[in-house]
Amino acid sequence: MKLDPKIPSGPLTEKWNHYREHVKLVSPGNKRKYKVLVVGSGLAGASAAASMGELGYQVECFCYQDSPRRAHSIAAQGGINAAKNYHNDGDSAFRLFYDTIKGGDFRSREANVYRLAETSVRIIDQCVAQGVPFAREYGGLLDNRSFGGAQVSRTFYARGQTGQQLLIGAYQALERQIGLGTVKMFARHEMLELIVVDGVAKGIVVRDMVSGKIESHMADAVCLASGGYGNVFYLSTNAKGCNTTANWRAYKKGAAFANPCYTQIHPTCIPVSGDHQSKLTLMSESLRNDGRVWVPKRKEDRLKHPSSISEADRDYFLERKYPSYGNLAPRDISSRSAKEVCDEGRGVGPTGLGVYLDFADSIKRLGKQKIQEKYGNLFEMYERITDENPYEVPMRIYPAVHYTMGGLWVDYELMSTVPGLFVLGEANFSDHGANRLGASALMQGLADGYFVLPYTIGNYLANVKPSDRPSADHVEVKKAEQNVQSRIEKLLSIKGKTSPAHFHRELGKIIWDYCGMARNKEGLEKAISLVQDLKKRFWSDVSVPGSGQSLNQALEHAGRVADFIELGELMCRDALQRSESCGGHFREEWQTPDGEAKRDDQQFCHVAAWEYQGESQEPLRHEEPLHFENVELATRSYK
Amino acid sequence: MKLKLKVWRQPDAQTPGRLVDYLAEAKPDMSFLEMLDVVNEGLIVKGDEPIAFDHDCREGICGSCSMVINGRPHGPRDRTTTCQLHMRSFEDGDTVVIEPWRSSAFPIQKDLVCNRSSFDRIIASGGFISAPTGSAPDANAIPIRKSDADRAFDASACIGCGACVAACPNASAMLFVSAKISHLGKLPQGQPERYTRALSMVEQMDAEGFGSCTNHGECEAACPKGISVENIAQMNRDFLKASVSKRPEVAAGGAG
Ligand SMILES: Cc1cc2nc3c(=O)[nH]c(=O)nc-3n(C[C@H](O)[C@H](O)[C@H](O)COP(=O)(O)OP(=O)(O)OC[C@H]3O[C@@H](n4cnc5c(N)ncnc54)[C@H](O)[C@@H]3O)c2cc1C
Ligand code: SF4
Ligand code: FES
Repeated sequence: MKLDPKIPSGPLTEKWNHYREHVKLVSPGNKRKYKVLVVGSGLAGASAAASMGELGYQVECFCYQDSPRRAHSIAAQGGINAAKNYHNDGDSAFRLFYDTIKGGDFRSREANVYRLAETSVRIIDQCVAQGVPFAREYGGLLDNRSFGGAQVSRTFYARGQTGQQLLIGAYQALERQIGLGTVKMFARHEMLELIVVDGVAKGIVVRDMVSGKIESHMADAVCLASGGYGNVFYLSTNAKGCNTTANWRAYKKGAAFANPCYTQIHPTCIPVSGDHQSKLTLMSESLRNDGRVWVPKRKEDRLKHPSSISEADRDYFLERKYPSYGNLAPRDISSRSAKEVCDEGRGVGPTGLGVYLDFADSIKRLGKQKIQEKYGNLFEMYERITDENPYEVPMRIYPAVHYTMGGLWVDYELMSTVPGLFVLGEANFSDHGANRLGASALMQGLADGYFVLPYTIGNYLANVKPSDRPSADHVEVKKAEQNVQSRIEKLLSIKGKTSPAHFHRELGKIIWDYCGMARNKEGLEKAISLVQDLKKRFWSDVSVPGSGQSLNQALEHAGRVADFIELGELMCRDALQRSESCGGHFREEWQTPDGEAKRDDQQFCHVAAWEYQGESQEPLRHEEPLHFENVELATRSYK
Repeated sequence: MKLKLKVWRQPDAQTPGRLVDYLAEAKPDMSFLEMLDVVNEGLIVKGDEPIAFDHDCREGICGSCSMVINGRPHGPRDRTTTCQLHMRSFEDGDTVVIEPWRSSAFPIQKDLVCNRSSFDRIIASGGFISAPTGSAPDANAIPIRKSDADRAFDASACIGCGACVAACPNASAMLFVSAKISHLGKLPQGQPERYTRALSMVEQMDAEGFGSCTNHGECEAACPKGISVENIAQMNRDFLKASVSKRPEVAAGGAG
């Protein structure tokens, strides 16, 4: 397998312009002969499907929810970055590029990240034109706030519901194309297999989740925008249905999986309350603009009422350790610091796994009303879940799994190692290195869908003949359908004693314990054997009642858990091989004396991309070296 | 706490359904859906089919969850989706009746799951601003009064859940449709299509078989996002104006 990132030559700031000016085009008359599939209707999928429909391609779009508007992107809260420099505070495309590269701990590709930073400004323009009601100032212009890992205010937001508003914008653009007939929508259709003919992606097999019918869709290109795999941990802030199935099927058909061990643990989530817990709730990072994070200095104070702990007895540990970024230190660093103080026995709340996020000072400074205006819905959500009023007592928060930087490997054109298979949004690995900065996933999803893929896909399609699309009775199509069918039959026929959810929880615990916030060799080796054992038990003892010919949520869940189990093993392998600490990947063996991540640029300044080798073989690890020509490889410091 | 559940079970769209009794054990800090998860796991290990229900974000934002609980869409708590409802809103020993949305425009697909694609078709008919990718001017080129942006936001907070329809004695979709018309109509970018939008969306709404509005106000009471019935008045004004001034479109090119 060859990993050619296809980075255009020329100076960093000119690469994308140059690419666009020289890329091959498909003429308007020919576009309608091409069929393109988009799996996913989140920010990446909806924006891509709508934009390609506008260009004139025949597009088919798939999602597992009952409506494309419900994709997981809807839940993003805090905001979206763009280097508009509307606030004259010194922002620029280069600064956003630099912050993202540094935030990612120097494990992402310069060219991709610069393109992202450059494109960011157009996204905001596009969204405003669609009617996205971003927050505004009294003069009628757009407002911004700050997010972690940045010293400028470049985050655009719509109260605490930015993802919802952006997705509604993209969804409406998509629905407009559906109305015009350029896009056909297949809601409640789950992709279960990729069709590859002569090494090229030519379609997908889906299951109609209501009738159970297995259908094949043939096309000239396939785009996966199926989101991240955070639910491998069972408990995460992702929507319950988020899964890795589309990506995993593609991996098994030859698409390399890059950096699976790079996962992000978000510092501000509501702590777990009991073992019935089905998911975790994020409290947006934007809260760290005005909330101060602390725990008691002494263990003995941990169960005291927070108001009875005097200023002198509190440890504002982020402000203490990272004076220049304070409460806005990046996510990986903030999460580890919270874990550290809890491991020391100073964590608060009944379980001891919690730290305070305190708004008392801001309420004093700005007034309750201002705080309510900025964060009202988040405070409400917190109160609903915990039954505590955060205007009066500090919130309790703890890190939780939130985002996955790893994903299918793609080149500069967003094409995977399978020609004709493009991957966008959280599903690819491309832009965030080993740690993503806040408010940049929405930016990346929309950049990929609105402004990158519509160009790069043309460059591919210009060399493809629509007449090469396989027919429904092609042997590869039949084989793919057969695979899907027999997997479903197998799951239904085991008739074991254990629910899919039970296996999922077990898997999540293994991955959280050994491949979570801190990892080490011994633990990872143990995890691999535990996961292998779990896989065996799953395939001999899972219970999936009902039939394949109707809506069957147990069957859907079982299929997803089966894929998560295999991915879990790959994550541990990847974490084991990467003998360094970087960003969200913290190997206990590699840390500085004060507990910060210690990279090994000599050996690991590369992307690790895994190639599937068959059921009983170990996967192959490939490397794509990373070259830094415009920034200096520095030790990340937020002190 | 222990509860008696009466849950609507229906194998598919064609087969008639009925209420089935279950016993549930719960803790006050569980969410309503977590209580159902426990019931479902019990069914699955016995080899029985779990109760099918829609859910995804479990944070009150995706609009998937859709249950009528004791006769009220999304249950007893105001401005709260089913997924955000906690068992502390119930008492030990309560009987809880759980049913799907009921409206001919939302046909039931299984148990508590229904088909709300009629809402998507209403949006496709005109619930957008035509702004093809790449055509936009600078985002700050048109200042928007903060109060207008805020009011547009209030309307665009709709999550498309359909509780308004489920609550309405006529199964009217006016609250949903009017929220979209207000969202886009409050913004300068939404003006060019304002009146055609009202006409097309209302026409599609009628075609989907939603009932008409006779001012019961049940929709606003059931809406988890506090969408106000004032939007309906605004929509009626836009619709009226549009109907009066409707003229045939002039084809591009012209005679000059
Ligand atoms: C609670 C929360 C808050 C966040 N807040 C922010 C924020 O403030 N700023 C920010 O930048 N980022 C934020 N993020 C991250 C960001 O929301 C996501 O990374 C981003 O929305 C992912 O978008 P996507 O389009 O790639 O995928 P998604 O939105 O996850 O969409 C995936 C799509 O794929 C479909 N799909 C998946 N599998 C299949 C299959 N097998 N078959 C068919 N369809 C399938 C789904 O139906 C869905 O339509 C947040 C994330 C969470 C969890
Ligand atoms: S108006 Fe309210 S009840 Fe109706 S769909 Fe929107 S959010 Fe749901
Ligand atoms: S599950 Fe998303 S709103 Fe209830």
